[in-house]
Amino acid sequence: MFVINCPHCNEPREEEEFHYEGEAFIARPAEPETQTDAEWGDYLFMKKNPKGWHWEMWGHSAGCRKLFVVKRNTANHAIDGAWTLTEARAAYDAEMAKI
Amino acid sequence: MALKCENSLSLLAHKPITGARLNKDYSIWKLLSQGFKQHQGWTPAWRNPEIKSSYDVVIIGAGGHGLATAYYLAREHGIKNIAVLEKGYLGGGNTARNTTIVRSNYLWDEAAMLYEHSLKLWEGLTEEINFNVMFSQRGVFNLGHTLQDMRDIERRVNANNLNGIDALALNAQEVKDRIPMINISKNTRFPIMGASFQPRAGVARHDAVAWGFARAASNYGVDIIENCEVQGMDIENATIKGLQTSLGYIRTSKVGCVTAGHSSVMAKAAGIRMPIESHPLQAFVSESLKPILDTVVMSNAVHGYVSQSDKGELVIGAGIDHYTSYAQRGSPHIIEHTAAAIIELFPMFSRVRMNRQWGGIVDTTPDACPIISKTKVKGLYFNCGWGTGGFKATPGSGNIFAHTIAHDEPHPLNAAFSLDRFHSGHLIDEHGAAGVAH
Repeated sequence: MFVINCPHCNEPREEEEFHYEGEAFIARPAEPETQTDAEWGDYLFMKKNPKGWHWEMWGHSAGCRKLFVVKRNTANHAIDGAWTLTEARAAYDAEMAKI
Repeated sequence: MALKCENSLSLLAHKPITGARLNKDYSIWKLLSQGFKQHQGWTPAWRNPEIKSSYDVVIIGAGGHGLATAYYLAREHGIKNIAVLEKGYLGGGNTARNTTIVRSNYLWDEAAMLYEHSLKLWEGLTEEINFNVMFSQRGVFNLGHTLQDMRDIERRVNANNLNGIDALALNAQEVKDRIPMINISKNTRFPIMGASFQPRAGVARHDAVAWGFARAASNYGVDIIENCEVQGMDIENATIKGLQTSLGYIRTSKVGCVTAGHSSVMAKAAGIRMPIESHPLQAFVSESLKPILDTVVMSNAVHGYVSQSDKGELVIGAGIDHYTSYAQRGSPHIIEHTAAAIIELFPMFSRVRMNRQWGGIVDTTPDACPIISKTKVKGLYFNCGWGTGGFKATPGSGNIFAHTIAHDEPHPLNAAFSLDRFHSGHLIDEHGAAGVAH
């Protein structure tokens, strides 16, 4: 059990109020028609599934019912932060730029 | 890629090797003679060898599947220079954490054949490896709680029968006749409407499977190296050359990766993307009770499954935690929901105290079916994606994965379970038969 701070409600709530929505920032290909089977399969099915920090979406399903992004460590369940999708994209891009 | 039944069934005929009988030193006579010596003369069941710098085949992961793979590689394919590397201790991952259910009542031909192959191997396993794996064919009930559940059960039972797999569809009263204490009252949140029943299904002793395969493989000369973590893969020209491990570099031309929840981590080291997400799956056992439940009861609809171990504990399994994790623990509310489901099925268990609870990390795939496959790296093979239900497949998985590694070609039974299916679209959707309770 962990506590997540919903960035929309701006309030820490128990995990049970939320629903896990999977890896964040999987972009739908802009032109699906031009994709090869391999590219389309990658988009549909392949996952990073890292051991460590993971950018993931959660829905506040028993609260405001909005989606947001959490950066959580899958090895120990530590949470680095939670952001709205737009804020998270900026934070994610800044982190990726550093790597 | 539908398998033809008659062809596939012939694949299921396992031919026991009757020639040189290794592993025959455990017997009633040995037990008696040791009894006279206060059991002080037993020797370790497997060797604890020094690691070598080079092997013909390296298996990563000494769980049931990895050890079974090594055993069948040595026994059926004559490969002797094999290592099984384990970063922790033997059988300490999901092999030690599952709820030991063995069954083969899957819907689709490919999956049914795979699990039936395994079930047939289970039936002769104790004798074959001369180690009591306590395989007990006490039957498995898969309960239905809605009309749609019952339609799915009818369909699955018919599919099973067409594939030569034993299965019965039962109504609620027939379930009650076999399990007198089950609650089939209409006054529950999800009343039991019936069940599918596989009489040949059952349970086995999880640790014994790992120990038995370890001992049998070790007798064939397989080196089992514990506390040896694979830290990197040496790949040149898309061909595996060796492994960097915590005990030094190992040269090898074939690597079989059988690391369950950590498969994505190993795949990343090889530059391969996997359609796998690792989730915690929790289970718990009660205090020991006198014999009360002589079969296995599973329910996908209310998310719980229960059997009673030979020690008398109720062994209870839950659904997965929805978030990805490698932490080998889940959230308490999952346990609460599972306990609630079990109590609705068996109200008399409401005062039973729970003794232990734990979590394992399961490698789930989008179609709830495993990946037993070659990869784009020559000599690197993956056996993963068993998700919540790999234990039942332990011998069959090892058997066909050994074939895949030895021949560099999939066995007919795992040709459909390649990694390519996520690009070709030939998924084998087993969420109905696998789903939560696997």
